[in-house]
Amino acid sequence: MRRRTFDIAAKYIVVLVTAVIPLIPVVAMFLWLFMQSVSGRVILSLIPAELTLDNWRFLWSPVQAGLKEYPNIWPVAFNSLLLALTVAGIVVFVSTMGGYSLSRMDFRGRSALMQFIIALHAFPSIILLIALFILLNAVGLYGKGYVTLLGIALIKAGLEIPMATWIIKGFFDAIPWDVERAAFVDGAGRWRTWRSVILPQILPGIGAVSIFSFLAGWSEFVMVYTFIKDEAYYTLSILIYYLIGEFKYIDWGLLAAMGLFYTIPTIIFFGTSQRLLLKIYVGGVKR
Amino acid sequence: MIRKRLSKVYERIAPWLFLSPMLGLTIFAWILPVILTVYLSFTDLSLKNFLAFIRDFFTDQVRFTLENFQRMFAGGDPYLATVLQVTALYVGSVLVFNAFFSLIMSISIAYFIRNEAISTALRILWLLPRIMPPVVYALLWHWFIDPDYGLLNKLLASVGIPQSLLPSSWLLDPPYSQLLMIMINGYVGASFGMIIYTAAIKSIPSDILNAAYVDGASEFQVARRIIIPMLKWPMLFVVSWQTLSLLASYEYILAVWGAGGGSEGVGIARAANVMVWSLYSYTKAFNDYQYGYASAISLMLVFIGVALIYLYFKIFGFRRLMEPSKVLER
Repeated sequence: MRRRTFDIAAKYIVVLVTAVIPLIPVVAMFLWLFMQSVSGRVILSLIPAELTLDNWRFLWSPVQAGLKEYPNIWPVAFNSLLLALTVAGIVVFVSTMGGYSLSRMDFRGRSALMQFIIALHAFPSIILLIALFILLNAVGLYGKGYVTLLGIALIKAGLEIPMATWIIKGFFDAIPWDVERAAFVDGAGRWRTWRSVILPQILPGIGAVSIFSFLAGWSEFVMVYTFIKDEAYYTLSILIYYLIGEFKYIDWGLLAAMGLFYTIPTIIFFGTSQRLLLKIYVGGVKR
Repeated sequence: MIRKRLSKVYERIAPWLFLSPMLGLTIFAWILPVILTVYLSFTDLSLKNFLAFIRDFFTDQVRFTLENFQRMFAGGDPYLATVLQVTALYVGSVLVFNAFFSLIMSISIAYFIRNEAISTALRILWLLPRIMPPVVYALLWHWFIDPDYGLLNKLLASVGIPQSLLPSSWLLDPPYSQLLMIMINGYVGASFGMIIYTAAIKSIPSDILNAAYVDGASEFQVARRIIIPMLKWPMLFVVSWQTLSLLASYEYILAVWGAGGGSEGVGIARAANVMVWSLYSYTKAFNDYQYGYASAISLMLVFIGVALIYLYFKIFGFRRLMEPSKVLER
């Protein structure tokens, strides 16, 4: 009996020590982000005091640091949106076509190709950055404003595609063959079948992949930081990165408000489709 | 007749038509870069001949050379030894956190806690570091570790850690900065293990657990004697997968410390002693403009990557790589 009590106590101690206490920093950080964004200072790091909207001034006027004026937030947010949407568009288009072929068609080299996709998925793409930089330069996609952003979108999409294709393939696999055969019997060709019979059934998969790749493009930091030097084509991640260097210790309120502004789409998407995203994470976690 | 033949041809090429956008992008984003990395590491490409190289790939201003490898292996770059040490510390420590700590954490979340709502809430909180944009995640840590304004030093002081043991700057004072590097990446990586393990724990047939209860085992004993042994494949998967991705990942270190140590002197990664192998390659390329040497440093990671992936296929087989979180009897 005493052993029982000991085991139950041990169980709760393990839960507390491993799953709950380590979360204190994470929770504190998030609370701070919200609190700090609307207050002049926070008491004990977490309780807001001196409520103000001044931290959000970047929404209507450009941020200034000394003599330097940083670009207005809206064009920058537009660039981020453009990048994210382009990545999502390319990924969805390419992975639905590829996933369909891998799931439904029989051809030589199919299983080799699938193994290759898994191998790519495991391969950490970030170490290819130097070669990608040279490649962008060589094909004339570097240093040309929106064209460079397009180049980044293409690369980012290319890097997301093994995983996305794999996920979409899983959704195709789940559709019974009979549905497709019925369409064939009724005289629909491959393309017609794909568009009007199959596509509607894999919409959840497409939704998941598009949200996932949208967020990947939206959060992209390293490539934009490395490839975009002209302020007019900054994305939010880079603007905030440089502002952290400028305003750390000086204006935490501004940084928190900007950080929150930048995170809102992530929070919304994750909040609304958390189940879907978790499914993807299980199927294809990158890191 | 012709129509029939045409449709036969079509049937044969249709799969490749559907695959062609994927193959094209794959060549652009993976295959060409790998080939280029190999090629560049045998050149002396740097700022001085960069433009000539971009205009003409076969310009004679770029020499074929083995210097990069001599420099790497024959002690031409003494700092590399430090980089290697930091990398070993980084990969080793984060791995322990991600594979073993998160195993116990997952058992807590998915087995000890029976309340579905609490379990889900904890899972979402643990996922937050991973889903945040890296720059915002870096901002949050910048605040958290700030000695005056942040929370970390206050928390540590409140649990009785003397002021003399706390650094004046978590970012810059080496043993502390390395600890910070491990924490920052550990929180992101822990959710990887958690995702795999919790799914695996949920897939354990309840008969097995019930049989143990009937025999009088406590939950604690079940966790120790049944669940952990059953998770050995997922564990192996997490360890091997994370080894590779940690070796190559520098995004969060870059976001917090900057590239650093180069001619621009913008970053402080070197001063803080958090310069890992992959970040060093990045620094050599984009701060020092030594593209050839930087590629040679990257090439080591490409080799390790290819070798490890080959090994994964050998160890796990295709099927286990696909479904790492299934507890399969073998």
